[in-house]
Amino acid sequence: MIEFQMPSLGADMEAGTLIEWRKKPGDAVKRGDIIAEVETQKGLIEIEVFDEGIIGELLIKEGTKVPVGTVMALINPTETTLETRKETISEKPTVKIQPTEEKIVEKATAEKFEERHIKVSPLAKRIATENNIDLSQIQGTGEDGSITKDDVEKAISQKAKIEKKEEKSLPKNLAIRSAIAAAMSKSNTDIPHYYLEKRIDITKALAWLREANSKRPIQKRLLPAALLIKAVAKSLIDFPELNAIWDNEVQIKKEINIGFVVSLRGGGVIIPAIHKASEKSIDEIMEALNDMIPRARAMKLRSSDLSDSTITITSLGEGGADVVFGVIYPPQVAIIGFGGSSQQPFAENGMLGIRTVFTVTLAGDHRATDGLIGSDFLVTLNKQLQNPEAL
Amino acid sequence: MNEDEIKKLVFQLLKQIAPDTEPSTLKPDENIRDTLDIDSFDSLQFLVSLDEKLGIEIPEQDYGKITTLKNLVDYILGKIK
Repeated sequence: MIEFQMPSLGADMEAGTLIEWRKKPGDAVKRGDIIAEVETQKGLIEIEVFDEGIIGELLIKEGTKVPVGTVMALINPTETTLETRKETISEKPTVKIQPTEEKIVEKATAEKFEERHIKVSPLAKRIATENNIDLSQIQGTGEDGSITKDDVEKAISQKAKIEKKEEKSLPKNLAIRSAIAAAMSKSNTDIPHYYLEKRIDITKALAWLREANSKRPIQKRLLPAALLIKAVAKSLIDFPELNAIWDNEVQIKKEINIGFVVSLRGGGVIIPAIHKASEKSIDEIMEALNDMIPRARAMKLRSSDLSDSTITITSLGEGGADVVFGVIYPPQVAIIGFGGSSQQPFAENGMLGIRTVFTVTLAGDHRATDGLIGSDFLVTLNKQLQNPEAL
Repeated sequence: MNEDEIKKLVFQLLKQIAPDTEPSTLKPDENIRDTLDIDSFDSLQFLVSLDEKLGIEIPEQDYGKITTLKNLVDYILGKIK
């Protein structure tokens, strides 16, 4: 039996509220299937399963807030499903009955109600069904305690009020603010940062991008961010110490999963991860951004979007401040910052020219690495950006 | 499509990417991205949706010609004629 736990979607997450189970006992699940929706400080997150099997038991009731690591459901792993198939045949009726029963509760409250011989007018019944109102919860005020149209309408407005209140109690930007506060305080308390910066000429990289985009329909156009993520991912292959987490010692991670800071309108940031970025082409990275940024801004991410980043990139884009020194997102050990680009006088090989330049920074965890590694990394990153066609 | 209809569509599409703003209060010569605080990603999404609605492809070298409301509307008028 596999224990399915409330996942941690970052060092700043302590608990989540189960809003809805998307699977029920008896359902087959495979890796990547969405098992539940959980409300977190980062919005309503779709939680995926990482195992294959049959849902055994759901242990947590919808609406319950549980700490990270709590066992929420039991899953029978697939290896054993073949062996147990014989048993399940004999158990089949039970498996079948459950979903049917659920359907009755959910969709046909009015019919179920009739079985219990409580009076309700046909009009009231119809309105209740349309608005998903559970008639058994209503005290009728009509003749002989029968439920009238007015009773149902009252219940609808009460339900709406409760739902509105629930929405109000979760001001999203405030929740995000407190998640950021917790993670950044932890970072500043625990992590001895060192900082490095390097001015990099990106004229060539931007020219390459313009050339590539001129041949593409607008839907396929690339943004500089995709190129920068690719360049960082490729550079990291030679610097595994920076693609790591700190848990009493440095733990180097095999996959390069780049967390990309997305700022939200109205304040706050959210950091979805581009998994295996070193194995993706620039086009694939752009596709990942096109998929994730709108969902991040709408706060509709999946658990895998927020899991397992091994390093973070923050980019100010054009026209912003010149330099950004990041605060490391624990348990990671480095964050790379791209300042705003601008045209500057730039000397190279004894010649002075006007080039488009930006400042790239690295904040590193001094427990995990030393400045020399960080410095070598920035030199390598510069080389990658001078050869955009090879990325 | 006349100027007012184009403006209306532009406001509607801007509102989609920046729902917390009021694009219709943009002054003709204000920089759209700066005023509504739109980053390069959302800016690209806006141009994609303009392309989808009007069928006009805006090449990257023309981005400098569509920074204000007036510029953008004139540019679109020129393209759809």
